[in-house]
Amino acid sequence: MTEHVATNETILVVGGGISGMTAALEAAETGKNVVLVEKNPALGGRTSQLYRYFPKLCHPVCGLEINLRRLKNNPRVRVLTLAEVTGIEGGTGNYTVSVKVKPRYVNENCTACGDCGRAVETMVDDPFNYNLGQHKAAYLPNAMAYPQRYVLDPAIIGSADADKARAACKYGAIDLDMKEETIQVKAGAVVWATGWQPYDAKKIQPYGYGRFKNVITSVEFERLADIHGPTGGKILRPSDGKEAKNIAFIQCAGSRDENHLRHCSRICCMASLKQTHYVREKYPEDGKSTIYYIDIRAIDRFEDFYQKVQADPSVTFIKSKVAKITEDAHGNAVCHGVNTEGYKRYMTPHDLVVLAVGMEPSVKGINIPGHIVADSSGFIEADPANGAVFGAGCASNALDVNRAVQSATAAALRAIQVVNKVAKAEA
Amino acid sequence: MSANTALAEKYRNNFLKEIEEQVEMGDWVKMCMQCGVCSGSCPTNFQSAWEHPPQELFMMIRAGKREEVLTTTSMWNCTSCYNCIVRCPRKLPITHIMHGIAEYAHRLGMAPKMQPTRFFSGLFWKNCTHTGRVNELKLSMGLYFKDGFAQGIKNGMAMQAVALGLVKAKRLNVFELFGGHKCKDQKGIQAMLKKAYEIERSRKAAKMAG
Repeated sequence: MTEHVATNETILVVGGGISGMTAALEAAETGKNVVLVEKNPALGGRTSQLYRYFPKLCHPVCGLEINLRRLKNNPRVRVLTLAEVTGIEGGTGNYTVSVKVKPRYVNENCTACGDCGRAVETMVDDPFNYNLGQHKAAYLPNAMAYPQRYVLDPAIIGSADADKARAACKYGAIDLDMKEETIQVKAGAVVWATGWQPYDAKKIQPYGYGRFKNVITSVEFERLADIHGPTGGKILRPSDGKEAKNIAFIQCAGSRDENHLRHCSRICCMASLKQTHYVREKYPEDGKSTIYYIDIRAIDRFEDFYQKVQADPSVTFIKSKVAKITEDAHGNAVCHGVNTEGYKRYMTPHDLVVLAVGMEPSVKGINIPGHIVADSSGFIEADPANGAVFGAGCASNALDVNRAVQSATAAALRAIQVVNKVAKAEA
Repeated sequence: MSANTALAEKYRNNFLKEIEEQVEMGDWVKMCMQCGVCSGSCPTNFQSAWEHPPQELFMMIRAGKREEVLTTTSMWNCTSCYNCIVRCPRKLPITHIMHGIAEYAHRLGMAPKMQPTRFFSGLFWKNCTHTGRVNELKLSMGLYFKDGFAQGIKNGMAMQAVALGLVKAKRLNVFELFGGHKCKDQKGIQAMLKKAYEIERSRKAAKMAG
């Protein structure tokens, strides 16, 4: 898998989420050779961790499935999973990139039959579910994982569990001797599509995330609603497993805040509006959503989505940024603040509080090898000084899936132009 | 002036400009995005002591409600706990702006005369600048008798036990009522303050003149 031929007419795409997959496919479908590097054991990124996406409320499985089929049909894309870029040298049209590839301990023979998973007993945290639950240490990263191959958690290597997994495999797919390796990839242009991470909600001290069990983040809420999630698709609160029917959504949890993220993360208002649908879907009789907001930013053509949620009697809007959250004797999270419409103080208990956390670019604070120009929030800028390293998707701005795909296509086009010039010069 | 400009003139608001120019840190007022975290974080509002919470005051300033803002007791209730400054997502120095507006209202003579914080501040300043030392007995007596002689006696009686305890512990000297202790160079202090007043007055006059 890690053997391949890459030249300076190759395009390297870093990150295999919706943006990276799009950039890789758009470039490959014009006939370019692409190396796609993904840190996790499977492609799909944060999009695959959503229950549904707005505005049509369809399942991300659908959009990803189309991309995966394009990928399977395209021999020009080489996918490296469990791989991270550790260094870039050279310049436009002539980069040499070091990629560290971690061992999967499972080779191409794997049929995803699941025998190793059944044999292994050790349980480890499940990052696909934001560690809300655990899974076996021999696991398929998610139901529609690409590549559709099991992974062994490094924690069991050298233990009896690893031997059990190898013994259980009928196809000789488990290779416990795999070692971490660093490979060099040549590339003419690089598309940097490493996406985003949810802002660390623990840093918003007055909201008590990490101290109060029933204060969770919006990305965790996606997993609670998903049938493949830790609760099997039931919205249960973490403290006592009680059905959470009275749910508060707190907007701008970290975003638009000079003490945290100074930018507007753009997706969170729509995400919370979308998540009120989950509450109504799971508890049609008595589900209640309350959205605490500064102003709702349902970006451009999504205003009608906002209006429909406003018309829903199970959803209440309170124009106020919550000042702090406490916990009452029943484990309810209590929101404190002042409603800026009428300036009345409130102290309202909720079964569950969902913090609509902001988007922090994954590249922030990480030294991208080479010199990358980023804005004050850490998003990669379109700057000539970046040479042929192009930001795509949420590495370049706070974007929803739709816009991330547009941004990735644009980045692919820029990369194609660079390798075309290289090809012309060499011809 | 056309009919349109005449109409617009009616709505022209110079009060925000005035606050920006005259109030310490007043130029921050326009940065408020009305999220409400300051008032939600304010400890005084738990007792409904605030007629107008900070973000409402900022909005009133922008709406040109000069009379209401400068005569309200609201900003005088600030306890300087700094919760609002710590939490403000726009990093407005809210505590300082509150004190700034209060000081400006006082300077204009529009501040509510008998508001306890304003009254006490005046009392304290007179008390400590007179001799260069704070005379605690006179200071607390002054505050007790703020609302008249009868109320003053009542307040004094209510605090009797505390006062006797302080006397016993030698933390309060009843003879302080007659003169009291002074700093070594009382005249020097007063001369220094006189000069400082002069400088402040000329600076503020220049500012008021625009």
